[in-house]
Amino acid sequence: MAGAAATGGSARSNTYASARNWLLLPSWAVLCIFVLAPVAMMLVYSFLTKEFRGGVIWEFTLAAYDQFFFDRGLFGDEPARIDWTYILIFWRSIWQAGLATLLALLIGFPTAYFIATRPARTRTVWVFLITIPYWVNLLIRTVSMKFLLRDQGPLNDFLLATGLIDDPIRIINTNAAVQIGLFYSYLPFMVLPIYASVERYNFALSEAAADLYASKWTTLRRIVIPSVRPGIIAGCILVFVPSLGAFLAPDLLGGAKNFMIGSLIEEQFKGNAGNWPFGAAASMILLTLVLVILMFLARQQARADREATP
Amino acid sequence: MHIFAKTAAAAVALTLGATSVSAEGKIVIYHWFEYIPQELLDKFTSETGIEVTMDTYDSNEAMLASLKAGGMGTYDVAVPGDYMVSIMIGEGMLDEIGDGELKNKGNIAPEWADPSFDPGWKHSIPYQWGSTSFMVDTAVYDGDIDTTDILFNPPAELSGKINMLDSQGEVLAMAALHLGIPQCSADREQLKALNDMLQNAKAHWASFNSDTAKEVLVSGDAAVGQIYDGFGAKARAERGSLKYAFPTQGYVAWMDNVVLLKDAPNRDSAIAFMDFLLMPENIAAVSNYARYGSGLSGVGEYLDPELATLPESNPPATAGPAVFIEVCDEATQAVYDQIWTNVKK
Repeated sequence: MAGAAATGGSARSNTYASARNWLLLPSWAVLCIFVLAPVAMMLVYSFLTKEFRGGVIWEFTLAAYDQFFFDRGLFGDEPARIDWTYILIFWRSIWQAGLATLLALLIGFPTAYFIATRPARTRTVWVFLITIPYWVNLLIRTVSMKFLLRDQGPLNDFLLATGLIDDPIRIINTNAAVQIGLFYSYLPFMVLPIYASVERYNFALSEAAADLYASKWTTLRRIVIPSVRPGIIAGCILVFVPSLGAFLAPDLLGGAKNFMIGSLIEEQFKGNAGNWPFGAAASMILLTLVLVILMFLARQQARADREATP
Repeated sequence: MHIFAKTAAAAVALTLGATSVSAEGKIVIYHWFEYIPQELLDKFTSETGIEVTMDTYDSNEAMLASLKAGGMGTYDVAVPGDYMVSIMIGEGMLDEIGDGELKNKGNIAPEWADPSFDPGWKHSIPYQWGSTSFMVDTAVYDGDIDTTDILFNPPAELSGKINMLDSQGEVLAMAALHLGIPQCSADREQLKALNDMLQNAKAHWASFNSDTAKEVLVSGDAAVGQIYDGFGAKARAERGSLKYAFPTQGYVAWMDNVVLLKDAPNRDSAIAFMDFLLMPENIAAVSNYARYGSGLSGVGEYLDPELATLPESNPPATAGPAVFIEVCDEATQAVYDQIWTNVKK
C-alpha cells in the first residue's frame, strides 16, 4: 500500500525535494521528544543502580536484568536459579493478549465482511455504529462492564430470570472477565482495518471462483483471506499490542490478583517496591518482545506481497 | 487500580509550566482523593484570597514516586500518612516549620503532642486519624468477626468473597498481627512462615482493590473487605448488614498529616493553609465529611453528633492494639518486597 502511494506522488515530490528535509523537521522533533527520548531514558535507567524508595544512583549495573531472570531465594543468598516468576507474568500477559486478539478476529472479520458487503450508502452508518461506544472513555466503559458482569448484575439477573441458570455465574474476578474486557475494548481496532481491506476487494474474484466450482469455504480460504491479509495483520497488531500492556481490564475485571506486565511495571514506580531500574528493565524486555513480533509480522507481510506480485 | 492517580499525574504534567512561577495568593495542594470537602477549600479562598489548585493521589507510595519524579517545587503541601512522613523526613523532602510560625499550633490535642513519626511536629500538622481493619457482611456470616482469621484463614462461607486492599503496607502489617510477629522481622523462620501463610490465604481472596474498597462491599461483590474506618462508616450507611471488625490480634492505625514540602513555591500560603486547618471548626468540616478523627482539641462542638458514637471509631474492650505501620531498613524491606511479589505473581 505504502509503495503504491510513494510512486504515485514521485512526480510532485521533486518540486519539494529541496524543502523536504525542512518540512520533515516537525515530525522528527515530535518523534525525538515523545518516542526516542523516553525510550532512551528507560534504556539508561534499566542499567543503573536502584535507590531505596524510588530513584536511581548513577552507577552501571546489570542488577535489574539479573533480578528478572535469576532467583536467589527469599533472602537473596541462595545459588542463582532461573526465575520463572517474571517470565510467567510475561507469558500470562502474552497469552491473554493473544486470546483477546483471536477472539476479536473471529468476531471482527465476519463483522467487517458484513459491513463491506452492504450497499455503499449504509456502510458509513454501520461503521458509525461500531465507533459510537468508543466516544466514551475506556475507564468508564471498563467500570460499566464490571457492573454488567457482577454476581448480582444485569447479566446474571437476566439469566436467572429466564431460568437458564439456577445460581449466578461467577464471571467477575476471573480470566474470562479479563478476556471480555480486552475483547470489548479493542474490537474496533480489528474491524476497521479489515473493513478497509474487504471494501477494496474485488468481489468478481469470488464469482470467478464459484464459476470454477470452488466451494464457499475454499473461496474464503484461498481467495478472500489472502487478498485482505494486510487488513487482518494490521488489525491483529492493533489489538495485540495494547492488550499486552493493558492494566484496566486485568485490575478492574480480573481482580488484580496476579500481576500482568502493565501492573508489574506500574508497581515498580508507584508501589512499595520503588525499584525504578527494574521497572525500566521490564519495559525494555517488553519493548524488545513487541519489536520482534512486529518484525516477524512485517516479514510475513513482505513475503506475501512478493508472492502476490510475481 | 491506580487509575485516578494516573489522571492526576497527567494533570500535573500539564500544570507544571503554569505553577512553577511563584505567585502571591496561590497554593498548590497534593491530596488524597475524595477526602477534603470542596466547600472548605472555597472557605479558605474567601477568607484569605488565596487561590487553591489541588491534585490527588490514591496511595502514599504513588505520592512519593510522583514527587521524586519531578513533583518537588510544584506543590506546597501534601498529606502523607504517619510512616510516609518519617520516610519523607529521611529523604530530606520536607521543609522545617519555624517556632511561632503557626499561630494555631496550640490547638493540637495533648495526646498527639509528640508523635513518633515527626517529634515535635517540626514538618507537619495533624490532619485526620483513624484505623484500617476490615468489614464483614453479617448477612453472609454471623459468627465472630473480631479475628484476623476472617482475612487469612476464613470460614467456608467467606472463602472466595474477600477483597484485600491493593497495598503492600496494609496487607503485610495485618498479616504480621495475625502471626504475632514484628512488622520488620529479620527472623528467617518468621519470614518464611509469613510467606507460606500468605500463599495459603491468597487462595481464599477474590480480588485486590483499593479504589473500590467501599463499592465492592456495598454492592455485595465481596462479603469481606479490608477498609479504612471512615470509608467503612460510609459503606454501612449504604448497606446496613456490614460490620467493621476490631480483631483481638490488633489492627492498623494511621494518621494523615499536612506536611510543608521543601522548595514550596508558595511557602506563605502553605503556612496560612496549615493555620487554617488547625482551627477546630475547619478541621471538623473534614471530619464530618470523611468520618475520621481530627487530632485537635476543642473540635467537639463542631462535629456531627453521630460521629461520637460511630461503631467504626469506637473499638470494643476486646479489641487488640492499634499499631502504626513501621518503616523497615533497606535489607529487611527487600525481603518484604519479595514476599509481596510472591503474593501477586
